[in-house]
Amino acid sequence: MEPKRGEHGSHVAAPSLWPVGFAIGVAILLLGTILGWVIAGLGAVITALFGFLWIRDATNDLRGEEVAIEPERREVAPRASATAEPRPANEGEAGMPLPEEGEVERYPRSAFLGAATLGVGGVIGGLVTVPVLGFTILPAFTSQGSGQVDVGAVDDFEKEQWLITTFLQDPDQGEVSRRTAYIRNNGELDGQPSFTILSHRCVHLGCPVQPNGPVRDDEATRETRAENEITRIPADPSGFGCPCHGGQYDTEGNRKAGPPVRAMDRYEFSIRGGRLLLGQTYSVSEVRGQGAEARIKRHRLAKPGVHVDGPSSWLYPISPP
Amino acid sequence: MARRAPSSRRQQLERAALVPVDWLEERSGLAGGIKYFLFRKVPADINWMQTLGSATLTAFIVQAVTGVVLAMYYKPDPDAAYASILRITNDVTLGWLVRGMHKWGASVFIILMFFHMARVFLFGAYKYPRELNWIVGVGLLALGLFEGFTGYLLPWDETAYWASVVGININGTAPILGPFIVQFLQSGIEIGEDTISRFYALHMLVLPGAIGGLIGLHLYLVVRLGVTSPPWSPEAAGRERVEPGPSTNGNGRAGLVRPGARSGAPR
Repeated sequence: MEPKRGEHGSHVAAPSLWPVGFAIGVAILLLGTILGWVIAGLGAVITALFGFLWIRDATNDLRGEEVAIEPERREVAPRASATAEPRPANEGEAGMPLPEEGEVERYPRSAFLGAATLGVGGVIGGLVTVPVLGFTILPAFTSQGSGQVDVGAVDDFEKEQWLITTFLQDPDQGEVSRRTAYIRNNGELDGQPSFTILSHRCVHLGCPVQPNGPVRDDEATRETRAENEITRIPADPSGFGCPCHGGQYDTEGNRKAGPPVRAMDRYEFSIRGGRLLLGQTYSVSEVRGQGAEARIKRHRLAKPGVHVDGPSSWLYPISPP
Repeated sequence: MARRAPSSRRQQLERAALVPVDWLEERSGLAGGIKYFLFRKVPADINWMQTLGSATLTAFIVQAVTGVVLAMYYKPDPDAAYASILRITNDVTLGWLVRGMHKWGASVFIILMFFHMARVFLFGAYKYPRELNWIVGVGLLALGLFEGFTGYLLPWDETAYWASVVGININGTAPILGPFIVQFLQSGIEIGEDTISRFYALHMLVLPGAIGGLIGLHLYLVVRLGVTSPPWSPEAAGRERVEPGPSTNGNGRAGLVRPGARSGAPR
């Protein structure tokens, strides 16, 4: 004779909540090994208490005690009538009648299990995916930008002379962070030193812009400062040109011809203890005037090929940090 | 009994040889599956053009195998990458050959993809019911091109570096998200110490995995839907469109949606 559900005779232990407490106790115990012995002791007490209750519950059967189980009070739903149209075997639940009108809405076990599987799976998936996705994406956007770079004494930069200056943006990264700037000392403006410092990266697609004019390689000066090898090569350009797609700029970095979308990017600079320090780069839409007198329309640093003004800049409403 | 007829010996040998196959088949059904895949029916008048897909698959397998071997010698580090490429090319025995196979095979793979695509287009093989396979193929094409893009940086010479700078910055001109794509690809505001290992991971783990998965889907659909006959064939290439009706509509999704959940009587 097959034992009916909920009737005494089954050897399956009755449902119990004690294992949950037991698990929490174990978790606290393990945490306690890190956080301190008091917490570990608390965890041990909880574990022992719930463990005892769980064992007592689970062995009711063996000890011959009556297992108190709430009897099933719901009415048994009537079987779907034989006249109902037959359904494919894979539709619905085998042996489960369709809920009929007037019947209390039921929540079948399989639906609960299905939802629980999806829910638990989703939570586990999320717990695993979110940190990994964050690690994939966030490092490229956080703590960007590096400190100032010392490129030489102000006296190394002769007045009105362009110097092709290469340096490591971040000596920790090594040669991969080598950058080039075209630096010209403009003399003084209202008693303040003035420099024109252009980044050599083309604002079309990032190729290295070259000076249009003689480069005096043999007059290069080298200096190593704080593991940063700096090279300064004098040049006399009439402008700058990009070898990749032919973009042309004047000596203020204004676009003269070709595909670039704005003027050349520039470096912020400061002077401390007679040394010229390069800071962050910024983008420029247009420069009016020349040298110390130049008036620069400054914008936040944009990627090459990205417009910083005009209707085309509306295509880039947000810029990465 | 001392002498057996050669035919019976042959039978005996055949039976012995088939024992492992039977063993495998009984437990996995693999032998039958492979047989089904290899000996499935195709139109009688199919054309050599219809081997271009298999050729593309072969090119991909060559790329995968040579790539795995190259990964045993290549070092994805800005200070070591170029030196390891020189070493593979000049010092490691047969390194020049495997690197050459990978380098030229990359172009072969891309070219074959386009030939295959052209064949499918000109034969009209993308039409009902094979539209989804065309879409999967376009995904494979995009991933294949991305493989080419990420692989191009890895030799870490001047060409590789500046071509990648330009390629990355072309992505940057895409509206709205472009600058973010650039920063994601470079792993920073400029190409830096993490860029090459990022490209390497994409090139040898992420993209080949995705391509492999899509190839599986692509082949599944080829087998399920069958091969088209050429346009000049007297047999129709496509099939009659199945009109949606009560008998066909939603048969595949039967059981996915519980009837009770939809029509359960509200309280």
